[in-house]
Amino acid sequence: MLELLLASAELVGPLESIFGDFAEVGPMVAIGIPLVGAFVIGLLGRWPNIREAATVVTALLLLHTVVAMIPDALLYGTPSGGDTIIFKEVVPGLPLAFHIEPLGLIYALIAASLWILNSFYSMGYMRAHHERNQTRFYVCFALALSSVMGIAFSANAFTLFIFYEALTLSTFPLVSHAGTAHARRSARTYLGVLVSTSVGFLMVGIISTWLLTGNLDFTQGGVFREFLASEEISPAVVGTLFALYIYGIGKAALMPMHRWLPAAMVAPTPVSALLHAVAVVKAGVFSVLKVTVYLFGIDSLREVAAAIIGGDWVVYMACFTILAASGIAMYQDNLKRRLAYSTVSQLSYIILGAALLTPMGIQGGALHMAMHAFGKITLFFCAGAIYVAHHKTEISDMRGLGRKMPLTMLAFLLGTLSIIGLPPMGGAWSKWYLLLGSLDAQHKFVFAVLIISSLMNIAYLLPISIRAFFSEPPPAHDEHDEHDEHDEHDAHHDDHHGSFWLERFGLQEAPALCVVPLCLTALACIYLFVNPDPFLELAQAIRFN
Amino acid sequence: MIAENLPVLVVILPLFGGLIASMLPGRDAPWVWASVITAAVFGMALQLVAAVHAAPNGIIDYNLGAWPAEYGIGYRVDHLNSYVILIVALVAFLTTIYARHSVADEIPDDRHRFFWAVWLLALVGLLGITITGDTFNIYVLLEISSLTVYTLIAMGKSRDRRALTASLKYLILGSIGATFILLGIGYLLMLTGTLNMADMHDQLVRMAEAGELADNRTLFVAFAFLVVGLSMKMALFPLHMWLPDAYTYAPSPVSAFVAATATKVGVYMAFRFIFTIFGGVYASEASLMLIGLCAGAGIIISSLRAITVVNVKRVLAYSSVGQLGYIVLGFSLGTREGVTASVIHVFNHAIIKGGMFMALGCVALRLGGTNLRHMRGLGKRMPWTMGAFTVGGMGLIGFPLTSGFISKWYLLQAAWQEGMWWAVIVVVLGGLLALIYIWRVIEAAWFTDPDPELQSLSVAREAPLSMLIPTWIMAAAVIWFGLDGEFTVSTAEKAAAILLGGAG
Repeated sequence: MLELLLASAELVGPLESIFGDFAEVGPMVAIGIPLVGAFVIGLLGRWPNIREAATVVTALLLLHTVVAMIPDALLYGTPSGGDTIIFKEVVPGLPLAFHIEPLGLIYALIAASLWILNSFYSMGYMRAHHERNQTRFYVCFALALSSVMGIAFSANAFTLFIFYEALTLSTFPLVSHAGTAHARRSARTYLGVLVSTSVGFLMVGIISTWLLTGNLDFTQGGVFREFLASEEISPAVVGTLFALYIYGIGKAALMPMHRWLPAAMVAPTPVSALLHAVAVVKAGVFSVLKVTVYLFGIDSLREVAAAIIGGDWVVYMACFTILAASGIAMYQDNLKRRLAYSTVSQLSYIILGAALLTPMGIQGGALHMAMHAFGKITLFFCAGAIYVAHHKTEISDMRGLGRKMPLTMLAFLLGTLSIIGLPPMGGAWSKWYLLLGSLDAQHKFVFAVLIISSLMNIAYLLPISIRAFFSEPPPAHDEHDEHDEHDEHDAHHDDHHGSFWLERFGLQEAPALCVVPLCLTALACIYLFVNPDPFLELAQAIRFN
Repeated sequence: MIAENLPVLVVILPLFGGLIASMLPGRDAPWVWASVITAAVFGMALQLVAAVHAAPNGIIDYNLGAWPAEYGIGYRVDHLNSYVILIVALVAFLTTIYARHSVADEIPDDRHRFFWAVWLLALVGLLGITITGDTFNIYVLLEISSLTVYTLIAMGKSRDRRALTASLKYLILGSIGATFILLGIGYLLMLTGTLNMADMHDQLVRMAEAGELADNRTLFVAFAFLVVGLSMKMALFPLHMWLPDAYTYAPSPVSAFVAATATKVGVYMAFRFIFTIFGGVYASEASLMLIGLCAGAGIIISSLRAITVVNVKRVLAYSSVGQLGYIVLGFSLGTREGVTASVIHVFNHAIIKGGMFMALGCVALRLGGTNLRHMRGLGKRMPWTMGAFTVGGMGLIGFPLTSGFISKWYLLQAAWQEGMWWAVIVVVLGGLLALIYIWRVIEAAWFTDPDPELQSLSVAREAPLSMLIPTWIMAAAVIWFGLDGEFTVSTAEKAAAILLGGAG
């Protein structure tokens, strides 16, 4: 896959000639493309087709830019050797600075590649639904991606924080898109939890780090090593700071800071799919990984964990979140909510990977960012497709749906298997590495939790597709009641939004623009098992000290 | 000739300009005249800043009528007040350009020339206070600026008659405050025999070294009177009662102008009295701690109040009390970092709040009101206006990449370094409360459908360019100084060095 991507980059590759030495400006180009794209999309609001074309072109350019940076990331940064690119000094000593490294590139690559598919899916979904304010929707999407790139390539905690907040702001209009009282209330929860955690804990943590060490740069081995060695800063202080970061990064949804994620499900499904299964939540766990590896350093954190009682509390908190969120997910009848709780649980796998403080755990976490992204976006795409074609949101109504939507439900099954972590799905790899990491860290308890969690995943995800294929569909009149109950604003332009392209086979699938992307992501899950590169290669390129 | 006399010209020009404005006929002539004068003042303020930077020790002394400063009136310009002058001149210039349509809309035609005359005189007062090095002169100019601002606020009466009571309330409380300040100055004169600030400080130092100041009641009383009087002037909680009404019912351009400058000049006076005069001779830690606590309480209580009111102008007024709390909290730490944070926020809050009041003025012009229900769905009708408001709101909350973030960053650092954990919590909490009261407006403007009962909204269109451009200059400044804090931070650091170095 890597070769393929690189070849495509060579093929289209005139960016190099425009921007000169690419690695010097790559991150800035990656941030700039969606930003310019957002502007163009905004201008083209009157012509929906051209507007969507602009989105797709922007997404393609972005992917191209990100892919072109893979070799640099494997070599750590620019050819001149891991230099950071300083964009602008905001206050003396604290610049907006970017660098290219493997962990960030994994994240950027996930977001950029899935954005393309998601753009097509959005077209299908938003048009089938006659949603309002579509221009705002696409503009904010592009802005969110720009923030994502800023997070992915940030070279210091200050820059990370700035783009982290920008991501919260740019996604707010997407969450409150429907404009109903319910949507606004949920969006307030979203904003409230994310901003109060980041301002209350993360910002205080960053300022404290800055005042204690005078250094916020992400460096190999972290900034605390010498201070710990010389006992200038006590392990307890470092441990407290780490807690401020872990809970300050509310996007990682470690319990009890997870409430915003189910609230965000009020957004249109493409938003839930790309942002709340991929971009935003991965921004959280990516930040956790990045801070763990490059700001604190796993060696320093291991010292801290050994020095203070309960120093490895994050491991237990993550385990708790994994199990508790899975437990809650079992009782959710609303499909999107069940998926949201599943995401909360899965995110803690990645936090767990970071908290194990072993290279294997970190690699597993990094890999899981990618694998979970492809699996979960498939599930959300399917949820959206079911809603578009049949207006169903509750799992109990989806019995027998596999007969009408075999492609969608098959993709759902594949996504489910990947989330569970069964071969031949990409998810198997990350779970494998996480299990190895837990053994590496001598945490038999964690090993057990991971296994139990897999069983719970099976229990709450697999029945959905099984019932869809093997149960009898509910009587028709029920369907109508549900419909009226759940989407009042859709009631008047009733029935069938799906195209009729599969109807000759007696199927009622969603429009092609919805179905094709979800099939592609499902296939990608399989492909990532056969060939987990470039994600595996990038994850293995992370250096820890 | 002009270059040497810049310090006095900055004050004299609007003084005579104001007198002439009162004689100009019609609606546009006084406005054009005021624009020319404020533009000239702004130009001179820029030159003054450049001159201060060029001066060897960063200080320009100017004696009026060439009398020695001990007898006559001495002006002294340094990094601190050239910066405040720049803020005042900039805001005055932009709001003057901006005010044309607003004034035409809100002030009766026959009063325009008086409006502009008083407007320029208010500018005289604010600039004079900032530039002078003479305490009695401060008092005189303080009265000029106060009386003119009372008048300006009262001119809001044709839109809302409550402007009259607001103005009266301010008049009474402001006069009490000014009297306190006068008494404080009087006691200092009694003690030191001089009115010149630098000289006053030198005398106090000499007396302190001679041991004359131990348990000196006069010094204590002078300090107490000054601090209370200044708190009244800068609307420090709980002496802020005049401010919400005054800002709410004043004509829109007046709100913008006064909110961005008047309290800032009050803060400047506090800097001068507390640090330049009393610095090093009076143990002010306990008093500073007390006003720090007042500021902290002000941040929380006024922000909570701002969450409950429905008139957005009033929301901003309460927010001003809270934001002033940040400024006071900063310098009440008494450290160099604290004063730096404070000076940074003086500038940042001026541009943020100025811009937001200007945006509200645009709304008032088009919709005739600034209640929350007027805001509903306004993002579609007046995107540029609400865009500027949103940018300013982000600044108030302290979102990254706005200038408000820089202020907050430095303030948190200062509090952290002093180990003042309650201050850290207050600042963080204040930001979150700001998020709530600003977000109500943002949500109404961008994510809600218009109020169907409101007829004026359906015909509302974007504000005229002469209002939008100044508003957006402010909004752009909020972003610009959020991206590049170099200018504000370095100037504030120099200013803090001047204040805490004990030099007068």
